[in-house]
Amino acid sequence: MLLDWITEPLEYGFMVKALWVSAFVGIVCAVLSCYITLKGWSLMGDAVAHAVVPGVVVAYALGIPFAVGAFLFGFGATVAIGYVKENTRLKEDAVIGVVFTGFFAFGLMLSTKIPSNIDLFHILFGNVLGISQEDIIQTLIAGFITLLVILLRRKDLLLFCFDPNHAKAIGLNTTFMYYTLLLVLALTIVTALQTAGIILVVAMLVTPGATAYLLSDRFDRMLAIAVGTSLLSSILGVYLSYHLDAPTGACIVVLLTLLFVAAMIFAPKYGLLRRSCSKIESDGGYQ
Amino acid sequence: MTQTLGITVDNISVTYTNSRLALYDASCYVKPGNITALVGPNGGGKSTLFKSIMGFLEPNQGKVNISGLPIHQAQKKQLVAYVPQADEVDWNFPVSVWDVVMMGRYGYMNLFRIPSAKDRRLVKESLTRVGMMDFKDRQIGELSGGQKKRAFLARALAQEAKIMLLDEPFTGVDVKTEKAIIDLLLQLRDSGHTILISTHDLASISTFCNRVILLNQTILASGKTEAVFTEENLAMTFGGLPIRSKKAEKINTIGFD
Repeated sequence: MLLDWITEPLEYGFMVKALWVSAFVGIVCAVLSCYITLKGWSLMGDAVAHAVVPGVVVAYALGIPFAVGAFLFGFGATVAIGYVKENTRLKEDAVIGVVFTGFFAFGLMLSTKIPSNIDLFHILFGNVLGISQEDIIQTLIAGFITLLVILLRRKDLLLFCFDPNHAKAIGLNTTFMYYTLLLVLALTIVTALQTAGIILVVAMLVTPGATAYLLSDRFDRMLAIAVGTSLLSSILGVYLSYHLDAPTGACIVVLLTLLFVAAMIFAPKYGLLRRSCSKIESDGGYQ
Repeated sequence: MTQTLGITVDNISVTYTNSRLALYDASCYVKPGNITALVGPNGGGKSTLFKSIMGFLEPNQGKVNISGLPIHQAQKKQLVAYVPQADEVDWNFPVSVWDVVMMGRYGYMNLFRIPSAKDRRLVKESLTRVGMMDFKDRQIGELSGGQKKRAFLARALAQEAKIMLLDEPFTGVDVKTEKAIIDLLLQLRDSGHTILISTHDLASISTFCNRVILLNQTILASGKTEAVFTEENLAMTFGGLPIRSKKAEKINTIGFD
């Protein structure tokens, strides 16, 4: 019965493809999510995800790879956010809100005016079950560049998240690190676009890191836990999607969220249960 | 050019984005081989001056030279270490004490930041020197106030910088640790280090700082402790001065965080 549940979908080529693409995307997102949660850039991730829409539309219209258009607009939005923040007295969250909704709305408008065969629903919610060979290649390229950059610069990026002032004090170029992190953020979103879609991609970019952060005090362990939960959710999510006939991105994100809730309650050190227990202990201590 | 390890602050003004004037026309010289205390009321611009010296913010006017070099060049040569205030650090960050102290060595490592035997030895020595070797595997949030300070002091030691800036090193620290930190600073001074600390703790200043800079929006006095650290001067510093109105200009913070 369980075996059937697992093997039956594997008879279909599109399911096998969806499984390994989702697993790959899960890994890439999980790695970056550790940096994004620690840096406090979740909102920035959401912003970049929405800002890629006009890029995707323009790319299809011009016949260039969607990843290129998405990346240019996603990264462009972060530059625009930086510029507006520097040159107005607005707080960052307001700037992000203004810029990304502007990009997103422009993209929606374009998508109805520029003749193309793109399905808006697929951009918004992902379509990994129907992913084309060409899109897989683009996903792989963007994902591998992300992993390579993080692998090579992981210590500097971590220092930048932890203590940018110290990075500057020892003569490192923090502006360069800032853009490196934005660059891999935009690339990761391009990677995850086909799987999770624009609306849910932020969950894949934040939740694994958030879950892992509740479970560990060491970065390496946090990274391992994030990748583990993300991989598990991605693979199970594709299966759920098949058996329940539900959108794949949604299934993956629901699983990620369930794992997060479990961590929030049961985490050995920072979980709610542990907290209420130690509260009872300390209350008892006063009597 | 003679190699001096002092800090020259030349006519610096800083206005924050909310139009608050933090510093104006501040000039001073931090003399090499001394422990200099930066003294002034809260909101008097101590942290702003520190941030300007470290290049964390760019003043509207004026410039800073460290050891005769522009800030960034001096930093690339690992001439300056900075020990932050406790509230500037994210104590929940998943790093251990050892990791933090190793960050002091990054400037010496190759692009991939792979520690050499020398890096590991210096981290160990620095931790031992501040008495924190037993806590090296602790996550930084699990430390007491004094231990946190010592961990970041060890990072500055590991950096082997000849100039050290310490922002409020005694806040949240017990008397015993304060004494230990002072002893360490005195040892460093005697081995030729230049130390600038900002502090609220007026009582201890004359016991170990041989120079004092008084600051309230601008530099009011600077020089040897016995000459500058007088009751009259302190009354002037903490009594408040009419703040010169200045056209609000926006400052440009360098970099991002």
